[in-house]
Amino acid sequence: MAVNSLGLNKAPSETRVVVAMSGGVDSSVVAALMHEQGYDVVGLTMQLYDHGEALMKKGACCAGQDIYDARRVADQLGFPHYVLDYESRFKDDVIDDFADSYLRGETPIPCIRCNQTVKFRDMLATAEELEGDVLVTGHYVQRIEGPQGSELHRAVDPGKDQSYFLFATTQNQLDRLRFPLGGQSKEETRRQAERIGLAVADKPDSQDICFVPDGDYAGLVGRLRPGALVPGDIVDLEGQVVGPHNGIVNYTIGQRRGLNIGGSAEPLYVVRLEPKLNRVVVGPKSALARSLVYVKELNWLGAPLSADEPGQEVRVKLRSAQAPQNAFIRALSEQHRDRAVIELLEPAFGIAPGQAAVVYDGERVLGGGWIEGAEQMA
Amino acid sequence: MSHYLDHNATTHIRPEVIARMSDVMGQVGNASALHSFGRRAKALVEAAREQVAALVGAPRPQDVIFTGSGSEANNMAAFAVPGFAYRPSAVEHAAALQARADALPLPVDARGQLSINDEDLSQAIVACQLANNETGILQDLSGLAATVGYLHVDAVQAAGKIPVDMPSLAADSLALSAHKFGGPQGVGALVIRPGLDMPAMIHGGGQERRRRAGTENVAGIVGFGLAAELALRDLDSYARHTQDLRDRFEAGLPQGIEIVGRDQARLPNTSCILVAGKSASILLMKADLAGLAISSGSACSSGKVTQSHVLAALGIAPERAGTALRISFGRNSTHEDVEAALSFLHRALGG
Repeated sequence: MAVNSLGLNKAPSETRVVVAMSGGVDSSVVAALMHEQGYDVVGLTMQLYDHGEALMKKGACCAGQDIYDARRVADQLGFPHYVLDYESRFKDDVIDDFADSYLRGETPIPCIRCNQTVKFRDMLATAEELEGDVLVTGHYVQRIEGPQGSELHRAVDPGKDQSYFLFATTQNQLDRLRFPLGGQSKEETRRQAERIGLAVADKPDSQDICFVPDGDYAGLVGRLRPGALVPGDIVDLEGQVVGPHNGIVNYTIGQRRGLNIGGSAEPLYVVRLEPKLNRVVVGPKSALARSLVYVKELNWLGAPLSADEPGQEVRVKLRSAQAPQNAFIRALSEQHRDRAVIELLEPAFGIAPGQAAVVYDGERVLGGGWIEGAEQMA
Repeated sequence: MSHYLDHNATTHIRPEVIARMSDVMGQVGNASALHSFGRRAKALVEAAREQVAALVGAPRPQDVIFTGSGSEANNMAAFAVPGFAYRPSAVEHAAALQARADALPLPVDARGQLSINDEDLSQAIVACQLANNETGILQDLSGLAATVGYLHVDAVQAAGKIPVDMPSLAADSLALSAHKFGGPQGVGALVIRPGLDMPAMIHGGGQERRRRAGTENVAGIVGFGLAAELALRDLDSYARHTQDLRDRFEAGLPQGIEIVGRDQARLPNTSCILVAGKSASILLMKADLAGLAISSGSACSSGKVTQSHVLAALGIAPERAGTALRISFGRNSTHEDVEAALSFLHRALGG
């Protein structure tokens, strides 16, 4: 028996492939490709939030267009498709976390929390209950079988690489996941969608955070946490009031636009958010420089990290849209191996707690953690 | 091999009905037209009206108003009397429960029976089903009509399965749906008390005595009529057959499964079970992948399984309600279907 395209020692028809279908082009193509290759495909789509409520339209259907699109693809190709009601888990694990993170003065990334919780914890469990051999997604990231087991690598298409958003994938999860699109370009995916004749071929990529379709994050946080949008002072590094703010939720570290402060010779940036004092602290760009980054909830897929200085030489990405930079990483201490210290070779500007620090060795993702703080080395 | 055990959702159209409808669909004719083609269509509709009236013991066929669904019939009834409050029972189908934005549900007791206490309902439209779609539990409606301003009975799940006699219920109106007992989907009826003035919801034509505009669905109505006639004729054999299967099924259930309303009067074909510790939605998916069609609670059109308001109204906690499966048998169901359902449940429970 030959090893099949998913690396399993079974005939495709004997292999149950559960596909996480969002209703978008990528996951629809993945499902179609799996079906085309003769796998026993089961599509799953998560119902994560009440779509009508998110749009604040009374009486709108609970399900968004995406669920219907996913169902249409499954019907068109002829494999079973189910909707998983993850509304309450998504509320607990992602939306509440999102709001609380903002209240702590952080800049959260709910998409990673979602991958970490409902998608790869809960959906993977459901895939197993349905006797799925693997869970397949439309992410642009590669899973490569290495000498020590499965490894996570950046996508072949650098413009589409989603590895930053998947740093929290555990080794155990990775073993049971497959990402067939990681080895191809988005253009290739669109061509496949057209070749197969998928109705979603022309659908634009999603841009916003799914549960904030209007992009008004602050408004959502205000609705979820009444009192979160308390106006306060913008102060300079010396604590002098330089202007008012309309709630710290509206600001992120490194932000320059929208501060509405005049009279300063050099541009001012948000340097720090102080939730307890309800203050936004601004300063010149130089005040943003940080070379030590502290991360928590470290997920590590590489060889175990030591706590010895200077640590392992790696490249690290501190924002999804930033290029990786050279750094050393070490465990915070032998006792605290779920925390790490990242020492940047060149200081970075605008590091925001709540964002992820994702660690690479070349193309391979070694792991990452949530940024809890950063400081400038003396 | 697949096994269809979701007959309360819809059941097979009887072959005689398909043949008859197919005949009718081959003929042209708008029932409102004065020419011979129109008159023939009209005659078919009127014959069906008699068959449907007979199914529920309505004395006058002209009191049958054909609609596009049971849901439409339930919606019409909610607006039967201008100025009346609308009080559906808490276990009604969504089509009754949500028919009016100002609906104020009436509670039921732990046995699913309407509990009215001392409420003055003399100025209210009370909507109550004869048989519940999820549990099969029957409502005892005797004497209710005398205490409420207007009684609407949702007989969608009961008709064609158990005897329904509108005069003895003293109901002001009664909702029916053809596809629940061997007729086609997309046709229902509201049967009203003789002499009642029912306001139209769909305007723009004189059809159905100005009570429901729109060209009659002649083939559907003919199918409805024939299905009603056959169901009435076969009520006894239907009840014997489905109850035999249902009872075998319930007797063979694995330990630890609870049957909702087991000691109560229920439809002969329905079994609602609580599978402790198992998620109903996962079980439904597993069942489907194994070729077994069953259902649970009420499903949203997206396919998302929502919490059952029926089980909640019976006082069943959400954790337990989330384990509820509905198995409903039909005329074509067999012992093999029962065995398939049982072996699935035994496997699912690791037995």
